[in-house]
Amino acid sequence: MSAPVRTDDRVAALGLAPSAMSDLERGRAAPLWRAVLAQTWVELLLSLRRGESVLVTLVIPAVLLVFFMSVGAIPVPIARPIDFLLPGTLALAVMATGLANLGIATAYERGDGVLKRLGATPLPRAGLVAGKLLAVVALEVIQVLALVLIAALAYGWRPQGEPALAALALLLGTAAFAGMGLTMAGTLRPEATLAGANGLFLVLLLLGGLFLPLEALPGWMEAVGHLLPAAALADTLRAALAPPGDVPIGSFVHLLVWAIVAPLAAALTFRWE
Amino acid sequence: MEDLVKTYGGRRAVDGVSFAVARGETFALLGPNGAGKTTTMEILEGYRAADAGTVRVLDLDPQRDGAQLRPRLGVMLQEGGLYRAITPREALRLFASYYAAPADPDALLALVGLADATRVRYRRLSGGQKQRLALALALVGRPELLFLDEPTAGMDPQARVATWELIRQLKASGVTVLLTTHYLEEAERLADRVAIIDHGRLVALGSPTALTRGDATRVQFRAVPGLDLGALRKLPSATDVAEPQPGVYALETCAAADLLVELTTWLRERGVLPTEVRVGEASLEDVFLRLTGRELR
Repeated sequence: MSAPVRTDDRVAALGLAPSAMSDLERGRAAPLWRAVLAQTWVELLLSLRRGESVLVTLVIPAVLLVFFMSVGAIPVPIARPIDFLLPGTLALAVMATGLANLGIATAYERGDGVLKRLGATPLPRAGLVAGKLLAVVALEVIQVLALVLIAALAYGWRPQGEPALAALALLLGTAAFAGMGLTMAGTLRPEATLAGANGLFLVLLLLGGLFLPLEALPGWMEAVGHLLPAAALADTLRAALAPPGDVPIGSFVHLLVWAIVAPLAAALTFRWE
Repeated sequence: MEDLVKTYGGRRAVDGVSFAVARGETFALLGPNGAGKTTTMEILEGYRAADAGTVRVLDLDPQRDGAQLRPRLGVMLQEGGLYRAITPREALRLFASYYAAPADPDALLALVGLADATRVRYRRLSGGQKQRLALALALVGRPELLFLDEPTAGMDPQARVATWELIRQLKASGVTVLLTTHYLEEAERLADRVAIIDHGRLVALGSPTALTRGDATRVQFRAVPGLDLGALRKLPSATDVAEPQPGVYALETCAAADLLVELTTWLRERGVLPTEVRVGEASLEDVFLRLTGRELR
């Protein structure tokens, strides 16, 4: 371990002295976009550096897609299984990033006092949230590219319908799941968020109509599944990615409601310390 | 920064503390754990609103004008509060991006002695390294006013001395420093003025020399508790006598040499053997003990 060095004139050289106040920029915040971009980059970098984040956001969705394509266990007649499974996997990917990864990471940052420390910097809270959400979207772009590439190369999937509508659905899903993740992160202890987010992730995976159609589940499970946002997202994605790209209005509105209610709950309940 | 009066909390963590810190001054809040130092700092930093009283920091209200104020402050919290997997260089670059005209991250890393650890993840840094990184992060915005909460806690002695030297340099270059500490040596070495806080109240305020000067002629000794203070007070050269802690006696005098002779005679007559007889300038520790009736650690 190195000992701190003698400072000599380096305090002055660094411009730390208020006498060096000729520069008018001192004591001012950076332009918000610059702070948000730096925040986004660090949030994304740290996500990709955490093994458990890479596992839940990239490895698990890809493995499940390949697994369910290989076993061919889809119990409903679908012309091409990939047209059912890819939208389900995309919905899972958004859940993994917004609910599990963002929620758990933010909970630990809150527990470690990172959010408190950032509160003493010129970065506004809105800037921190913007950075986190942009990092989520950036990670989702990586996920979508990876999954679409697997689907296209291994299973001959081609985009049909309205991909723009699918992208909109993914953004609404992001709002819904990030809202759920942040609601937990802002109210529960880190360990409780870890357990809660993983548990909810599993429930949504099984009861979300992602890999198994909801109709294949017992009646009460199907009813629960219809209430959750995962099924609404998966249905909307499937319809958007199949010709003619007509989105079922019920599923879309259902998704939209979750995309409004969950972030609102997070905003109203979040405790920063 | 001026005019600061505030009460706080249902349990009165800070109970009517008032002080003003001048620009360029180094000001220490000294007190045992739980005395209200950190709460006072957090009110100044804008984390908490005072329940009563007024707070002005750099002529601004920390609650209302936080957005204007924060770019001008440097803050070092007691617990580091950083991403576990971030490296010191990444952290400094990130924090630098929040300010319009930050200091150079790499030069700051060298300044606090972390040039060898720029790529080590935060959770793998030693406690002292974490503290030094927190100090660098507090400096990266080139603040006019620096809040340091227990800045050298957890540092090895070498790092502590180097950090003191750095804080002195910052002071010499005109930065205003407000620090909390429970190390008396830290307050004595760094601070222009010291505020002693106990149970949320300000019990003494002044320069380290002014705080100790009043006790310049003073004899202190340890012996068995419960000696007769009335009889001690009757010693010809004693002006005042106190037993701030059981077994610790402090005698004020105008003639220390005479008092010593009288005291040793008086003790011998009673068969009491004193230990640790000290004469002369009191340390801040003595002042603290006398004012609060307890030791700092």
